[in-house]
Amino acid sequence: MESLIGLLVAAPLLGAALLLVGGRRLDRFGHWLATGLAALSFTLAAVLFVDMLGRDGGDRALSQHLYSWVPVNGFQADIAFQLDQLSMTFVLLITSVGTLIHLYSVGYMEHDVRRRRFFAYLNLFLAAMLILVLADNYLLLYVGWEGVGLASFLLIGFWQHKPSAATAAKKAFVVNRVGDVGLAIAIFLMFSTFGTFAFSPVLSDAEQASEGTLTAIGLMLLLAACGKSAQVPLQSWLGDAMEGPTPVSALIHAATMVTAGVYLVVRSGAIFDGAPAAQTVVVVVGAVTLLFGAIVGCAKDDIKKALAGSTMSQIGYMMLAAGLGPIGYVFAIMHLVTHGFFKAGLFLGAGSVMHGMNDEVDMRRYGGLRKYMPVTFVTMGLGYLAIIGFPYLSGFFSKDEIIYAAFGKGGTEGWILGGVTLLGAALTAYYMTRIMLMTFFGEKRWVKDAEGKDPHPHESPLSMTVPMIVLAVGSVGAGFVFNLNHSFVDWLSPVVATADGNSPVSHGMVSVLATVLMLVGVGAAWFQYGRRPIPEVAPTGVWITRAARRDLLQDDFNHAAFVTPGSYLTRGLVYVDHKLVDGVVNGTAAGFGGLSGRLRKVQNGFARSYAASMFGGAAILIAVTLLMRAV
Amino acid sequence: MSPENYLHLAALLFTIGACGVLLRRNAIVVFMSIELMLNAANLALVTFSRMHGNLDGQIMAFFVMVVAAAEVVVGLAIIVMVYRSRHSASVDDASLMKL
Amino acid sequence: MSTMTALSTLAAETSTSGGEAVQFWILAPIAVAGGLGTILMRRAVYSALCLAGTMVILALFYLANGAYFLGVVQIVVYTGAVMMLFLFVLMLVGVSAADSLKETIKGQRIATAAMGLGLGILLIAGIGQASVGSFTGLAEANSQGNVEGLASLLFTRYMVAFEVTGVLLTVAAVGATMLTHREKIERSKSQREQAEARVKDGTQVPPLPAPGVYARHNAVDIPGLLPDGTPSPLTVSATLHERDQVREVHTEALGALAALEQRTADHQGRSASVSGALGSGSTTGKAGTTTPAATGTDGDGGDNGRRDDGDGDEAEEAGK
Repeated sequence: MESLIGLLVAAPLLGAALLLVGGRRLDRFGHWLATGLAALSFTLAAVLFVDMLGRDGGDRALSQHLYSWVPVNGFQADIAFQLDQLSMTFVLLITSVGTLIHLYSVGYMEHDVRRRRFFAYLNLFLAAMLILVLADNYLLLYVGWEGVGLASFLLIGFWQHKPSAATAAKKAFVVNRVGDVGLAIAIFLMFSTFGTFAFSPVLSDAEQASEGTLTAIGLMLLLAACGKSAQVPLQSWLGDAMEGPTPVSALIHAATMVTAGVYLVVRSGAIFDGAPAAQTVVVVVGAVTLLFGAIVGCAKDDIKKALAGSTMSQIGYMMLAAGLGPIGYVFAIMHLVTHGFFKAGLFLGAGSVMHGMNDEVDMRRYGGLRKYMPVTFVTMGLGYLAIIGFPYLSGFFSKDEIIYAAFGKGGTEGWILGGVTLLGAALTAYYMTRIMLMTFFGEKRWVKDAEGKDPHPHESPLSMTVPMIVLAVGSVGAGFVFNLNHSFVDWLSPVVATADGNSPVSHGMVSVLATVLMLVGVGAAWFQYGRRPIPEVAPTGVWITRAARRDLLQDDFNHAAFVTPGSYLTRGLVYVDHKLVDGVVNGTAAGFGGLSGRLRKVQNGFARSYAASMFGGAAILIAVTLLMRAV
Repeated sequence: MSPENYLHLAALLFTIGACGVLLRRNAIVVFMSIELMLNAANLALVTFSRMHGNLDGQIMAFFVMVVAAAEVVVGLAIIVMVYRSRHSASVDDASLMKL
Repeated sequence: MSTMTALSTLAAETSTSGGEAVQFWILAPIAVAGGLGTILMRRAVYSALCLAGTMVILALFYLANGAYFLGVVQIVVYTGAVMMLFLFVLMLVGVSAADSLKETIKGQRIATAAMGLGLGILLIAGIGQASVGSFTGLAEANSQGNVEGLASLLFTRYMVAFEVTGVLLTVAAVGATMLTHREKIERSKSQREQAEARVKDGTQVPPLPAPGVYARHNAVDIPGLLPDGTPSPLTVSATLHERDQVREVHTEALGALAALEQRTADHQGRSASVSGALGSGSTTGKAGTTTPAATGTDGDGGDNGRRDDGDGDEAEEAGK
């Protein structure tokens, strides 16, 4: 069984290699090859999952040591995989959603000339993501971490002929680099503290390290998580990343890669448990991002950017839960999985809508689409109900648990966090209802596209609708299945610490509050967008709307805080370089040049002149000899 | 008769030859000036030989003569070559190697 | 020969005699004068002759110093062979080319004077400082004869040096041959090909006209006259043009001829205009116009000759 773990990773890796190296002869069937390998990976994951279920909770973990990467005395870097329940959860999510999105892309990317390359990148992403979640040490995790970063960069910039896509890819790469530095420093700290970076010794010895060290490691890990998961303050790249093809947004920037930060925090739970300060920061980051993303999502007219804001906000929920410690870890993962389903479904729905509307992304130019795209409408509607926490759909279970856990933090903090999460729930309902109303209801506000073609919305082909249907089913049922007899909590409890919070509010009360707030949000959205026609040009709005349209001034802040001082610094350095360094260098050179220019005159080319110097020298030698004798 | 007389004569001829090398532009005359210097040295050597009462000085002068003969042969050949290509035997004309 | 024996007996003596001093004081100034002549004469041939004289005197000094072999070698090899080689090359390069005495390198003369003076003073000071002492004499060393003495040294103690010197001479000979050798890289043209090439190039095909119609001195350096009386530079060897040795005597000659005809006409009582009809009238007129320009400078050799030559060329072209 262990050997299957390697195959799990190898299948998509092989696909990426084949498609990238194989050249044009694979153009015809390359996408099916990639999809098949993704499906194979999913099958293997399923086999391993069934096998795992057959054993007791305590010894479900498998590990496979492939080879020693850097076998040096005192420094042991291995290529080794570890498959426990946490990894398994991720592997199933990644391979299932990944396979569905491969399938969806077959239809979506049908007319793209570089389709083979797209599927190669998708496979590369799958392989890297699997390495990330299967690694049994932080160094290999770092390899996967960088691998998904690379795949993300390549896929955001896939339509590199568009300057906006190229810029977005660069932005994502640079911002991610800041987080990656954090991860690298965290690994350095681990190695200097524990002498190793394998999960099991680091996490079991975490209690012995000083709190200061753990806080430092935790904060660095959090920095890494912020970069990858688009949390404040490294959130700015996610909105622009929507320049990539929609399947990429669904797979990488909604369901899987952006949740890697949550995985990192949960996986390193033992470190955070020993560093309450770092945990507090995690919670604050999560809470701030939750509101930040939700507010941005409320204001955006671009359907994908609105969904990106939603993603940010939902990951904020997960991060907040992960920061709560043992009372929240499990629910962070649970929300992660359910979110993976419904958000991927929503993105695929958005992609389907764009597909039918000549790649128009502005929701103010949609409207009344439910009659033309019934399957899309229904699947997206189910995803919508799931995300807003409609009772007994998956979002209801996972989000309510997080709200409950937030209250469970206890004391003033508990009240604040609970309030924030509840407010987030209301906002979620508001912006999601807004998206649905603007897209599928109301009158048609369609316009001709740039080439003057009228949009003629139609239902997408089967290869696109099937994944949407499957994901919609997942969105509806996942939460219920997970919550049945606490199955998900029991499943993860052997590897993830769990605890009960001391919430001042009862579980039922939380559900009622959340549902009421959800209804308030839906009502507010209906009041604004469903009751009266939507203007084609966005009204100016109040200051918060205007700020939210500009991503709450995140780019302006980055510009003012980093770009401007940086450019001043470089300008200063260039000035110093030109005036001082070059001055010294050029001055020396000019000095020697001038000296040589004068000395050169001595070399006039006349042999007689040279002979004169020879005789002069000889005369001086004789004189010196005589003088020496005389003295 | 003192050896110093001969030596002074040799020094004088040597200096005259040296000045000739520095002053003249015709390569052949420059060469002749060098010959003059060599002859002055030979005179000194011969004088030393007589001063010390052995023949080593004369042997040395003999070798100087042989080497001078070889030098003349090669040097004149070079002058002829230069003259052929540049139609000039002036040492100042061969000053193209300067910057 | 008898003087040489006398000199040698003189030198063999250990004590310096008054005779040697007399000889020295007579010959040494001549040697110095020869040396100065070598470096000061404008024409290289004179330099070479001065040098040869100095070398002969040095040979005498060698003999006086008991170096009989070297003395003879100095005369035979140096003065005889090497200096002849110099003269030979001088002939090759141009025997009469005189150096311009104008110095071209700034400060070279002053530097030379200062250095020569300094070097001389230093050398003489060095000699004065050294404890020279007096002659030991070569009577003992030359007891078996000077040549035998040298030979026994040369072939024993200086054997290696001698052989190396032999190699050096061989290398020098080969080197000189190499340097002056010109590789022929294409087949030489046959006579027919040469003739065809000449016709094709449009150069002078028939023999050049002969020089010196009105020859008085060395006819070769006087250009011949064309029928209209202008001199033709073609008639004089290009080498002479190169050396500025073409003489322009045709104006004098023409003047003299015109005067002769005038006198003849006067004598016969004919008018000058009639003599003009004799066929040389036009040349007379021509000579009459050029004479005033030529007379002032005519005695002055080469430069003017060339200028007149140029005039002649123009006239020739005009004539055509």
